[in-house]
This record gives sequence, structure tokens and C-alpha cells, in this order.
Amino acid sequence: MFLDASGSAPLTNRTLEAFHAGLADGWADPARLHTESRRARQLVDAAREALAEALGSRPEHTFLAHSPHAAIERVAAGIFAARRGRDRIVATAIERDATLHAADHVAAGNLTLVPVDRLGHVELDALARELAVPDVAFAAVQHGNHEIGTLQRLDRVAEATAAAKVPLLVDATASIGHGPAPEHWDAMVANPADWGGPAGLGVVAMRPRTRWLPAWPEGDDWAPGGVLVPAVLAAAVALQERLEQLDATTARMRGLVDRVRSTAAGWAGVDVVGDPNERLPHVVTFSCLYVDGEALLSRLDREGIAVGSGSACTTSTLEPSRVLASVGALSHGNVRLGLHPGVTEEQVSRLLALMPRVIADLRTEAGAPGLA
Amino acid sequence: MDDAPVAGAGRVTVDAAGLLCPLPIIELAKAARGLEAGTEITVICTDLAARVDVPAWARMTGHEFLGESETDGEGVALTVRLR
Repeated sequence: MFLDASGSAPLTNRTLEAFHAGLADGWADPARLHTESRRARQLVDAAREALAEALGSRPEHTFLAHSPHAAIERVAAGIFAARRGRDRIVATAIERDATLHAADHVAAGNLTLVPVDRLGHVELDALARELAVPDVAFAAVQHGNHEIGTLQRLDRVAEATAAAKVPLLVDATASIGHGPAPEHWDAMVANPADWGGPAGLGVVAMRPRTRWLPAWPEGDDWAPGGVLVPAVLAAAVALQERLEQLDATTARMRGLVDRVRSTAAGWAGVDVVGDPNERLPHVVTFSCLYVDGEALLSRLDREGIAVGSGSACTTSTLEPSRVLASVGALSHGNVRLGLHPGVTEEQVSRLLALMPRVIADLRTEAGAPGLA
Repeated sequence: MDDAPVAGAGRVTVDAAGLLCPLPIIELAKAARGLEAGTEITVICTDLAARVDVPAWARMTGHEFLGESETDGEGVALTVRLR
């Protein structure tokens, strides 16, 4: 069973059918002038329109890129280029690596991280202090965090950025398709693979008022060489399908995660991370003392259960997860669940029934029996 | 490596240099077992994940994290006070 859907959710039949239809009808190069190309272009335009509507954006200010990473790089570079003379970027300490790498690159290291509290909410006073210095090109603040699920209070964040006249770049790559789209942003990035669309596509929404310059050789083209037409079509259909079932799915995911949170909190030496209420409905991380993260994931994989991890032990760098470190959570023994609409109550029950024995076994193997 | 705690006047040092997470925390927890409240334990770590894990351990187990300091060699010294 697949419980690691954060950032890459399984594709539904309807999405697969859309992808196939996109290949059959949209194989031609949308940039050319004949009938076949016009059909491909119409598919992309219709899909972009649907995506824009779901994001609360306008189609002509909604751009497609080759991946969420490429989207973040371009939006960061584009806004930075239009803010000449303001050469510092401010971001929360729990932004995605992709955001921080892009920001660090375009600002040549002039990047300030604003701390978050134990639940993962950005410290608003600290943010306002940073924005008060008139050298900020833009502020990057996530909507929902991909590891711990916490939703930022974007209304308060946007008050601070608007007061300082600093553009607000919102990373909504973990939240679109899992609840209402955020309203407070000047630029926003979304990831279709996170809502069950194909991987290899990123979406950028800009407000008409947000100034940006093409900081790349291809001018207004956000996806040099063009996007994969069937991927765009399938992304729009997948989001449409999610939004049609949004209320029911959200309530069910929220209930399942509530169950995981309350059950895991009862296990000895286990810490449940993130805001229990102001959070994404489908993401939860808990961390287990004295447990090796890699061993934990391998063991669950042998049991046929796919989960994610933010554990330092599972990465080649041995750097602890910045997100988990920023909220004071353990760097080891982490289990991150990303649920999707196909996850059943029974699957979650099976995981919860299995975990105490897995944790106890791994603690014994690590030479730490009876410590928790 | 000898990881037995070195007893002092209410102070104990755990040498977890060279160990990767979660082993430093396991050594810390073993050392803490049976020691009285008020004892200060310093863990010497080279795996920098311990800088995150030792404070988190203290919070989760009801002890107090006092802070980190440099060591003579590589790594950091992280100190907790048992409650």
C-alpha cells in the first residue's frame, strides 16, 4: 500500500485516459500553424484555463514549466530581476530545498531565513523585522509544508509583505488539490504530481500586478522547447477530479490523519510533528526515538507499506532535515505519510497495528530495548 | 570505542564520537538510566544530527537541554540535565 503520496500521488484512471487522449490528439507541436498544431495548442490552452481557474489566477498570467523545480527557479529569477536594487531574499526556515537553492542562487547567497515556532508557523515579528529593511527582492513563504503539514497563516504573512511592498512568493506545491487554493500571494507555484497529475510539470501563477522579467534566454517562454501536451491535459483533469471530490476527500483524509496523530502520540518515545489543526489534511510526520530511519523504511517496505522519511540517516548527505530541525523534532526515526484518495481506513489500520512491533524490533536491533 | 559513562560529581560524559544517528541518543539514554535527577550528562558527538536530536530527546523525555559547546577535537559537546 502506498502512503507516500506527498509530491507524487498515484494517477487515477480518468487522469490516465486524459493522458492517452492528449497523446492521441495533441501529439503535434503546438507552436506551428497547421490544423494538427492548432488542436494541440487548444488542448494546452484549455488545460491552462482550467488550471488557472483552480488556482484563482488568470490564464494569461499562468505559466507552465518543465518541473516544480524549474518553475521555482524561473519565478525566483524573474521577480528578482524586476526588483533591481533590492538584492536580498527572505524565506522561512522550512521552505523546500528547491526554493532555498533557487533563492540562494539568484541572490548570490544574500538569503535570510526566518525561524518558525515548534508547530512550524513562521515567526511573524521576525518576518516583519526582516521586511522592514528596504533591500528585500521578495519573500518566499510556503502555504502547506510538505513534511510536517503545517499551513502558514498567509493572511498575516501577506499583511506584512504588503505593508513592506515586497512581493510574496507562495510555494503551494504541497497544498493545491488538498483544500482551497491560497488567496494571499503575488506569485504562486504548484506541482501537478502532488495532486495526482503526471510528474514533469510545474505551474506558476502571477498576479497581473506582479512585476517580473524574463531572466532567461527564451523571453516569455517559461518552458523552452514546449511542454508535454498530454501531461498538461492530464494535470488539469487530475485537479478537476480532486476538486470535484474535495470536501468528501478532505474530510476523510483529515479523519485518517487525526487517527494516526492520536494513535502515534500514545506510543512510547514517539513524537508527532506539526500543527494538529492548521494543517494539510493528508500529510503527517511522526518520529520514533532510538530507531534508525533507513531500517524503519526498509522494514515497512518489506511489509508492503511505502512511507516517506525526513530522516538524516536516509539521505546521502547525513544532514538532518532542515524542516524537522527547525521545529525541534528528532532527525532520526521519522515516518512521513502522504495520503491520497485511494487510501483506505483498513490500510491505515494495518500500519497502526504494525508500527508498535516494528518500533520495538528496531529498538532491540539497535541495542536500545526498553529505553523509551 | 569505550562508550561507558565516566562518573564525576553529578557529571557524566558520554563519548559518542564516530557514531551515527540514532546511536548517540541511544548511548545518552543508556547513560541516563539509573542516574539521579540533577545529574548533567555531556555527549560528545561528531554526527551533527545529534545537535537536533539531543535537545529533542530532552524535550521528549522530560529532561533539560543546557546547550552545546566546542570540544578539543572534532564534533560538539551537548549537555543535558536530568530531571
